[in-house]
Amino acid sequence: MEYFLQQLINGLTLGAVYGLIAIGYTMVYGIIGMINFAHGEIYMIGSFIALICFSILGLSGVASVPLAILVVLLVTVLFTAAYGWAVERLAYRPLRGSFRLAPLISAIGMSIFLQNYVQLLQGARVKAMAPMVTGGFVVTERAGFQVTLSYMQIIIMALTLILMAGFSQLISRTALGRAQRACEQDQKMAALSGIDVDRTVSLTFLLGAGLAAVAGVMTTLHYGVIDFFIGFLVGLKAFTAAVLGGIGSLPGAMLGGILIGLVEAFWAAYFAAEYKDVAAFSILVLVLVFRPTGLLGQPEVEKV
Amino acid sequence: MSALASPDAAVPAMLEVAHLSMHFEGITAIDDVSFSARRGEITGIIGPNGAGKTTVFNCITGFYRPSVGRIALDHEGGRFLLERMEGFRIARDAGVARTFQNIRLFPRMTVLENLLVAQHVKLMRASVFSIAGLLGLPRFREAEAAAIEVARGWLDRLGLVEAADREAGTLAHGQQRKIEIARAMCSEPKLLCLDEPAAGLNPRETAELNRLLLDIREDYGVGILLIEHDMAVVMGISDRVVVLNYGAKISDGTPEEVRNDPAVIRAYLGEEGDPPEINSRGSSPDRGRP
Amino acid sequence: MDLGNRFGDDGIQWGAILKDAGLAALVALVLALLLFGVRLSDGGGGGLEFRPWWVVIAVAAVFAGRAAVALWIGTRKPASGTALPWFDRAVARLSEHKRLLFAAFFLAVAILPLLPVADRRMVDLATLVMIYVMLGWGLNIVVGLAGLLDLGYVAFYAVGAYSYTLLAIHFDLSFWVCLPLAGAIAALFGVLLGFPVLRLRGDYLAIVTLGFGEMTRIIIINWSSLTGGSEGITGIPVPTLFGLRFTPSPAAGETAFHQFFGIPFGGIHKLIFLFYIILILALLTHLFSERMRKLPMGRAWEALREDEIASRALGLNPVLVKLSAFGLGAMFAGFAGSFFATRQGFINPSSFTFIESAIILAIVVLGGMGSQVGVICAAIVLILLPELAREFAEFRMLLFGGAMVAIMVWRPRGLLAHRVPSVRLGQAPPGALRGGLP
Repeated sequence: MEYFLQQLINGLTLGAVYGLIAIGYTMVYGIIGMINFAHGEIYMIGSFIALICFSILGLSGVASVPLAILVVLLVTVLFTAAYGWAVERLAYRPLRGSFRLAPLISAIGMSIFLQNYVQLLQGARVKAMAPMVTGGFVVTERAGFQVTLSYMQIIIMALTLILMAGFSQLISRTALGRAQRACEQDQKMAALSGIDVDRTVSLTFLLGAGLAAVAGVMTTLHYGVIDFFIGFLVGLKAFTAAVLGGIGSLPGAMLGGILIGLVEAFWAAYFAAEYKDVAAFSILVLVLVFRPTGLLGQPEVEKV
Repeated sequence: MSALASPDAAVPAMLEVAHLSMHFEGITAIDDVSFSARRGEITGIIGPNGAGKTTVFNCITGFYRPSVGRIALDHEGGRFLLERMEGFRIARDAGVARTFQNIRLFPRMTVLENLLVAQHVKLMRASVFSIAGLLGLPRFREAEAAAIEVARGWLDRLGLVEAADREAGTLAHGQQRKIEIARAMCSEPKLLCLDEPAAGLNPRETAELNRLLLDIREDYGVGILLIEHDMAVVMGISDRVVVLNYGAKISDGTPEEVRNDPAVIRAYLGEEGDPPEINSRGSSPDRGRP
Repeated sequence: MDLGNRFGDDGIQWGAILKDAGLAALVALVLALLLFGVRLSDGGGGGLEFRPWWVVIAVAAVFAGRAAVALWIGTRKPASGTALPWFDRAVARLSEHKRLLFAAFFLAVAILPLLPVADRRMVDLATLVMIYVMLGWGLNIVVGLAGLLDLGYVAFYAVGAYSYTLLAIHFDLSFWVCLPLAGAIAALFGVLLGFPVLRLRGDYLAIVTLGFGEMTRIIIINWSSLTGGSEGITGIPVPTLFGLRFTPSPAAGETAFHQFFGIPFGGIHKLIFLFYIILILALLTHLFSERMRKLPMGRAWEALREDEIASRALGLNPVLVKLSAFGLGAMFAGFAGSFFATRQGFINPSSFTFIESAIILAIVVLGGMGSQVGVICAAIVLILLPELAREFAEFRMLLFGGAMVAIMVWRPRGLLAHRVPSVRLGQAPPGALRGGLP
């Protein structure tokens, strides 16, 4: 039971990270109907920028941990969002009228490019950072096995909740949210109604990248080890989460993320850890074959 | 509902649509629609925008699975219950062919290739899933030559032989429309369904279209089902007309009967009064999109 | 990025160009500041290396590059943008003589190893390129003809390689028996993996096939009892030429190749022999593909690619069409995998990563979807050039990714995409029994 609880906590934490990244996928798919294959790399870049910032702050002798985290969050979000914006402008916008597969192929190329970009600039080896936020408290204990909930995990889950709440408000209350929803439903009509589609799309990418940046900061803080390749697998799993939750649905993305995180944690703990990625992919296939709209998505009727 | 003209008992119905309904999430697109179409006749389906015409089409041709109802097709090939059949089987086994509102040719294949794809089933059989073709057996070569002749025949009829080797996507709109109809006919259907074939055609092209459809009816004896907004086409060549409004059938009869049916006039004009200007020269007020 | 014409009637509008370039440089500054300017030390420790000059150079390069591009666009005739009509025309003219060109190509390649200048490295490289050409032609059936974006093609390559290896080693069958068997197994695998993706649209299909590719690799790594795990399998036998072995010292009762022909032993003989095998295999792939295009099955693939809905409305069974494309494409990958296994003598999972799928896809896409010639050119550029320019090896993948983006933005159909119709009416006089078949 205790073991189960611990896996539950770990899974939720992991799920929160996946969820944040999944939102980026689902928003972009909702608005321009393409899978941003390079989104995982945006997350990876976020984690690198976070690590760099932490190191700079560490060297300049900043002692306050909360302050450091705040500053790093802000800076990382800013710089990573810039990357998200640039990727859209360079690799996707020119292809907006092109044939169906062109943006996807471009995205794959961008993904490979970014991986190697970081690899060349920062080296292929793993980068690590000593944990800044340590400690937590013990939830329960039995027979020597402690179920711990670390402060870092609390921070991750709390931050995710805050962001989710903020986002829902953004989508439902603000002009940007309305513009986004309009573009999702009918881009031509939205343009004719005076919505600046280009700007809305750019903002969508900025927001998605920002969330991925937060996920990157969390990864750097919590797991402490990063390399240029982490975007690939995490990206695939986060995309699975977006599909599972229902592509185009924001709460669905977070739900999907949590589910995938839980599945991964439990599978690795109770079954074969080596096959945990296979479990995640299998979920993707099963969802797409049997319930393509996901858990919270809208069914799509084929337009003839 | 106006009085139905008594169906011509000597010509049996080929297509029998009975109590067809289609429900989407919270929307009923069509509700208890029944009508029939006969072999060798042109049956027009008209109605204001959003009346459910394309939905009916999609149910007949297998793109939607109807919520309720029966669609029975009877001809010498057998009796087919279309509401249960998979889309491509309706085309392949039941002999139903269709064209689309937004022309769906294969843009990067040539006109000739488009017409050959329509004869796919025949050619696959002759080539034993292309194996005979791989081995270069004469059986296939003859079948393909025959198929090319069929295609050439259609191109001759349309006056588009020079376009045979051009990419289909490069043709003018009116030509594409004709090719799409020819392609549908190359699959040797028993029922030809045309979704707004006159859309985007100028008056001369529309007259050519009318001629073409009448010729097809004469020469091939297929049943033609036709959605249209252009009254010059529908009233001019249809043998029977079915009128839909808000998903329900409001009239069914010869063009003359329908034209004078008060229910139809109300639907199009929203009031009783003079019949709308739907003679063979004009088009209905609800002309629809280009 | 608005690459509009910056040329007013008064000549070059420097103001606008500089403003564009300035903005681009500003963006570059933001992007480069941290990742270029700071380098993390490996491992832990939080050590940093500051590289301000890198940032300066990056920003300056972007500034200059953007200005240069704007100038170039400006000096062209208005409205032509980045199109190259003379190039398109040249490609179209060449495509008309496809069969001649191909015959010439294969002949030229065939005599390559027999030239006096040919050495081990050259034959090796040529073999490597031919493997990728064959893989490209195989994937072309799935992606180029049928329009199904398969990102997990490497899975079939792997299945072919491992099937061949296990058959050859455990059942002691010859290459010529194992090859078709491995191809059949790969084809079956292709059909199996094709089933779940039947109803998926482009993007989803791509991701799921990618997932399948990864799953295959993970399963290979972990099913050690069958596949040898990460270590792989060694000791794969080399094919013989009608029983003649390519070894300096044959066992008793066996004749060696060099003995039979009375020539001194040369290590290069085996290489040349293998090269001819892959050449023949590639030739088969090409001929099959070209032939299928003229047959109903091939036309069905292309029709599916062009418009699946219209295909269904004409009675084509999308399940059969898609599965046949998947299966046959997988079969050729299986053949290539078998050859790869026997040439290398050992196999392990590291040869079958996603990057391989991406490279093969790039070969098909960059060369020109559906274009056989394009595949050859792309394979040469993507495989041969990096091998020759070893100094730039580090940048290979970077340029590779960048090239994919660039080609999509510039010429989405690929460099040499020109579709030659599979049949022409013009050739056949009315009533004649010609059908456009060779």
